[in-house]
Amino acid sequence: MLTERDLELKSVRYRKALLRLIKASGSGHTGGDLSCLDIVNVLYNRILRVNPETFKSPDHDYYIQSKGHCAEALFVVLADRGFFPEKDLETLNRYGSHYIGHPTRDVNGVEQNTGALGHGLAVAAGIALAGKMDRKDYRVYTLLGDGELAEGSNWEAAMMAAHYRLDNLVAIVDRNGLQITGSTEDVCQLSPVDEKFEAFGFAVQRCNGNDVGELVRAFEAVPFRPGKPSLVLAKTRKGKGVSFMENVAKWHHGVPSDDELSRAMAELEAAEAVLA
Amino acid sequence: MELALTNLETFATTLLELARQDSDLLVITSDSRGSAKLASFAKAAPGQIVEVGIAEQNLVGVAAGLAAAGKKVFAVSPACFLTARSLEQIKNDLCYSDRPVKAVGISAGVSYGALGTTHHSLHDYAVLRAIHNIVIVAPADNFETREAVRAAALLSKPVYLRFGKKRMPHLPRVDSEFELGRAALIREGTDLSFLACGETVAPAYEAAELLAKEGINCRVLSVHTVKPLDEKAVLNAATETGGVITVEEHSVNGGLGEACAGLLLQAGVHTRFKIAGFPDDHTVSGSQEEIFRHYGLDGAGLALAGRNLLAKR
Repeated sequence: MLTERDLELKSVRYRKALLRLIKASGSGHTGGDLSCLDIVNVLYNRILRVNPETFKSPDHDYYIQSKGHCAEALFVVLADRGFFPEKDLETLNRYGSHYIGHPTRDVNGVEQNTGALGHGLAVAAGIALAGKMDRKDYRVYTLLGDGELAEGSNWEAAMMAAHYRLDNLVAIVDRNGLQITGSTEDVCQLSPVDEKFEAFGFAVQRCNGNDVGELVRAFEAVPFRPGKPSLVLAKTRKGKGVSFMENVAKWHHGVPSDDELSRAMAELEAAEAVLA
Repeated sequence: MELALTNLETFATTLLELARQDSDLLVITSDSRGSAKLASFAKAAPGQIVEVGIAEQNLVGVAAGLAAAGKKVFAVSPACFLTARSLEQIKNDLCYSDRPVKAVGISAGVSYGALGTTHHSLHDYAVLRAIHNIVIVAPADNFETREAVRAAALLSKPVYLRFGKKRMPHLPRVDSEFELGRAALIREGTDLSFLACGETVAPAYEAAELLAKEGINCRVLSVHTVKPLDEKAVLNAATETGGVITVEEHSVNGGLGEACAGLLLQAGVHTRFKIAGFPDDHTVSGSQEEIFRHYGLDGAGLALAGRNLLAKR
């Protein structure tokens, strides 16, 4: 089992791979990728009972990335976990490639095609409900963006998940506080996210979503309350790990220049040197 | 013609038969079990019905999730809401993600009559025809309903099943075989063809019977599968008879008629041709029967359309 330090090191290396990938492909949701990367890392390297061999079996843990625009973060982690060769990602966004800007089931390891926001929680709830009906012990995890929570379909799904007591469902909100236009609070006030989900029947735990140790402890504690779906409210920083990208809305979607990439790599390599 | 059950009732009884044979079959509803005639199903197979409340987006999203976990799902909701409010879920969660859920639009077209446009679905063929990876089926009568539900259950891709709520006659049929994607010959004729679907097949047949008394022999086809279209049947109708009238409980824009027109034009087949359906206008109020009559979609109206078309040079 990977230690927290191992996970931290993976996060730094994933960030490097992610930025190289975005630079090479010429497109990417850089800020959100960086904010959610630690979450995806911890899930695939520590929590989810799924690997390339068990992926097609009906009893594995499921992960639905509702914030599909952060596909690059998912692809980097899936490649590292052996779902497909890392070299495949050289085709990202290229003509005819199935590695595109959102996850699709053409990519080994992806459970559901996402990209339009507000879809993942309902699909995850359906998988969780089937698990309850068939008395399976798998869990279903879904990662939501915070800006995404303005989509009303999330709240339809939240209400239903609580109604069916889906304590095998774990929703994670990547609470980086920014969306494309600016602060989530300025665009259309979102807070308090925890109280909203609690009111809808979820058991909520807050954590630092860029701290792998806190994430591990949160995920190991689910279900937070038997009979209730769990919500991990993961406070993150958009652009996490690269100083000039952190908490800057313009990095929602953006490709670093050569100079920016060099500076970002230097920062990440320094972090890697401390951990390695 | 003597009336039998509604297609919805037939759907519900057929679904229960299938559910008894397969515990993985589920029906999911949005506070619509009563409208969908599924109360008996809920009583007989309570473990195979899922209720999500009035939340059509969630209905389809959850259905996709259930299907992802191996369930065979029929997602049932009034067609007006299912194919508008949850269109994005149909497009992405079912069709794009290849989840073989059967989306069942009940009380379709103008079945809700005087409840008005909010409750009418005159757009569903058009929007779904433009989405890849979904079969669109509008059965004409109880026989086609039973066969379509059975066939859809076996098909490993998304299907949209569209039902009205009127009691339907048992239509005579030349060919008793049912196959998705193959139009059913209801009546043979060479002077004119009616290519109809869903609850408009019955009035098309009635029109053919009226015209027969005037010596005009009409072919009537139930084009129950709007997509994929039975191209051969459409081309044959256009080349073997004196004209084609398509009939649908749908806007004239984007439905069966335009599908046939596009096919014929691109095949270089030119014939007398009319699309009978709902004009691009606010829909008149009234019962389904009154609305049909207003737009010439009843037997007499379609017979008149037939005479007019044949009068064209």
